[in-house]
Parts: sequence; C-alpha cells; structure tokens
Amino acid sequence: MIRVAITGMGVVSAIGNDVETFRRALLDGRNGLLPPEGMDEVPKGISVVGQVRGFDAEGRLGKDRLPLLDPFAQFGLAAADEAIAMAGLDFRADPEVGHRSACIIGTGGAGIATLQDGFTRLFKEGKTRVNPFTVPRAMGNAACSHITMAHGITGPSFAVTSACASANHAIGLGFQMVRSGMADRAVVGGTEALVNFGNLKAWEALRVVSRDTCRPFSKDRTGMVVGEGAGVFVMERWEDAQARGATILAEMIGFGMSADAGDITFPSVEGAARSVQACLDDAGLRPGDVDHINAHGTATTANDATEAKVIRAVFGDHADRLPVSSTKSAHGHALGAAGGLELVACIVALQEGFIPATLNVTEIDPECPLDVVVNEGRRVPIVTALSNSFAFGGLNAVLAVRKA
Amino acid sequence: MSDLEQKIFDIVVDKTEVPRERLTRNASIKDLEISSLDFVEIVFAVEEEFDIEIPYNANTLDSDFGTLGDVIDAVAAEVAKQS
Repeated sequence: MIRVAITGMGVVSAIGNDVETFRRALLDGRNGLLPPEGMDEVPKGISVVGQVRGFDAEGRLGKDRLPLLDPFAQFGLAAADEAIAMAGLDFRADPEVGHRSACIIGTGGAGIATLQDGFTRLFKEGKTRVNPFTVPRAMGNAACSHITMAHGITGPSFAVTSACASANHAIGLGFQMVRSGMADRAVVGGTEALVNFGNLKAWEALRVVSRDTCRPFSKDRTGMVVGEGAGVFVMERWEDAQARGATILAEMIGFGMSADAGDITFPSVEGAARSVQACLDDAGLRPGDVDHINAHGTATTANDATEAKVIRAVFGDHADRLPVSSTKSAHGHALGAAGGLELVACIVALQEGFIPATLNVTEIDPECPLDVVVNEGRRVPIVTALSNSFAFGGLNAVLAVRKA
Repeated sequence: MSDLEQKIFDIVVDKTEVPRERLTRNASIKDLEISSLDFVEIVFAVEEEFDIEIPYNANTLDSDFGTLGDVIDAVAAEVAKQS
C-alpha cells in the first residue's frame, strides 16, 4: 500500500488568508463572523457572515489575471499557490511530473457572483451585455483549470460538486488516486465565494440561517452562518516526499463516503454514520484510535443533533472521551470549501497538540451529548483526527489524518 | 372565520396534503405533521400574499409557532404594521 503524505496546504478564510494567520486565529480562538462588508444592501435575515476580508487579489494573483477569475477561482488559486509553494514542488520541472499529477477541486456555488453580476446588468440595470468572460469565470471547473494552468498540472483534473461535502470528496478522490498509484501527487481541495447579496438571499429564504451567530451544539443555536474561502492541499507518495526532503505536514489515512438517499435537506443518522464507519474501515482504525473530530457542526438544529447521534452510534462510549469541535463557529460554513478549511484546522490541531475551540456555546444541548471543546481550545497531544462533511442532498464524506 | 385566516388555510391546504377540515386556530403544526420544508413554503406563500416578512427560522419552528393560530397572529401583526 502506498502511504500518502500531505506536504502543502493553503487557506483563504474569514480568519486568515494564509495558513499562519489561520493557525494563529485558531490558537487564539478568534471569531471571524462579522456583519457583511462591501454590499449595497444586506438581507434582513443575515446578521453575520464568515466573509473573506482583506484578500489582496491583485498582489496574490496579478492584475492581468483578474478579469478571468471569479472570486471563487481567486480564492482557490491563491490557496493552491500557497500549498504548492509550501510543498516546494515544481510541476514543470519535467513533463512527466505534470502528467503524473492530478488536480481535483470541489465547489458548490462555483461562479455564482459572476452570474449575479450579469443578471444584475440585464434585469436590474437594463443593460444589454454581460461580462465577456461570464462563461469561463462562472463554470464549475474554473478554479481547477486555473490551478492546472498556473502550475503546469497535466494529469487527471476535474471539479467535483456535492454542496457542503464538495471539498472532502475532492480531497478524498485525490488521496485515493495517489494511494492507488493512479497519480504520483495531487492538488486537492475546495473553494467557494458566497458572500454576495443574491446568494445570501437564497440562504435567508431557506430559513436556516442563524439569528445571531454560529453556536454549534449549543442549546440556544438558531442556525448556520454562511462563510466562504478555500482550502487546498498537496498530496504525494510518502516515499517521494521523504526522498526529496519535503516537510510532511500529516499523513492522509482514510476516506469514507455514503449517500442517505433520504431527504434533500434533513440529514440521516444511518447515512452519515455509514460514511464515518467507512472512513474508519478505510484507515484501519478502531473507534478508540480516534483522538479528535472536526465536526460538520453547522449549528442548525437538525445537523448537530443528528451528528451527535452519528458519533454516538459509531464510537459508542469512546464518544465520552472524544473531543469534538466545530471550527465553523470561527470561520462560518464555507459550504463547498468547508472540508478544505476544516482539514487545515485538523492538521493544525495535530501539529500543535491543540484542539481548537467551538466558539459561542452558552450551554451544550442535551440532544448533543458529546465532549465538545467549548469556548477555549484544549491542549492535548493527538495523533489521529477525522473531519466530517455531511452535505445537503444527503451526500457524506469523511476524511482521516494522522500526525506526521 | 376572518378573511386572513381563510387565505392562510387555503395556502396550507395548497402546500400540504392536510385536509381542510383539520385546520383550526388550535391545530398544532406538529400534530398536522407539517414538515419544516413545507412550512418554509407556506411562509413564503403567505409573505407573497400579504406582502410582509415573517420572522421565521426553521431552527426554532417548535418554539416560535405551536399552532396555526400562532401563525395567523404573526401574520395579522405584520399586516397591521404595514397599514
């Protein structure tokens, strides 16, 4: 079996537009959920968002490139640039390096901001033309394609979409490709740019957005907070990483997937539990081996109570001693990028021996009987962590990582 | 039965499979087995009908609206605010 090393990661988020800022924010328990900025009008039902702020698109990506980049592609490309630089890989060093590398990027909303701008021009402003690059900016594979173009990745490359599980599906597929020998390395992750008026109206309409802020597993939680950003990783064969003297951030050890085939929005205990169990089986882990779960933890009534049942069902009594956290309380629900941001959080947790806090919890809901790390992070050495993503549409994807 | 009540019941019948005769002010939303997604649709239709905004959050459905009467009162309050 080929072991898979993670040798690079990059992040753009409400709590930092690079890994070190994100790490510091998690260690400090910084809350990135604030009222939306830079919008002419904010939907009444939206109090705070996990908005990417102070992102220097021109500095990070170059002015020339921006006309072709929707914000979702900007975030994804910037995170990929950081991850690839961290890994110290040059995909153009030899054509074979490019050919043997995959790029898989998840997104839920893709270029929704570009479409919104076009529709605003047509239907609100009465203009007759839209941005000439509307199609290549908005397409779901735009972020993936720009990453391949920027870095010369010429092997299997595509985008995946499964709403809130998109990033985990993308990361898991890349992991399977490297582990199976189909590719030697993979650039994988998720990206999303959703803090715009039209999209916030859509979430408001579904009536699942929090009245105040994101309070995962808290008795007084009133829903999720829309976030955005990107989390991208470089994976490669463990032996290759060692041979070239790369710093290994963590080992990817398992991936489990399932579909509820139930309700389009309401999660299923049985379906989600199968994905967690599949991940443990894939990684060769027993329940007692897991030291930490970065929960899906959206702070909706339905998700958190269901997820608690899932964790209880799979881990039994070990759940009493299994610290769970939802970093969505800090960076919001980044939807198609969520699993990307949260895998960075997991790796930081492994590296630092520090489980980040679930912020804004006033009292743990008795419906969520878990060891939730509340309000302040917990210093504890951990070896193995899981990251859960349970998407609308009942599509579940769970990742397992081990300390390097 | 008021006109407003009548219109709301029409909407509930339209959006759910619940028979009209079961709809009363005292009927509990839980007992009528109206799902939270159906309720989202009902609220949307009511808001469109009366041109109002109802502060409804699916996460707190149980505590905010116990009966159809609670919905009717919330709509009446919003309609009164408008006029």
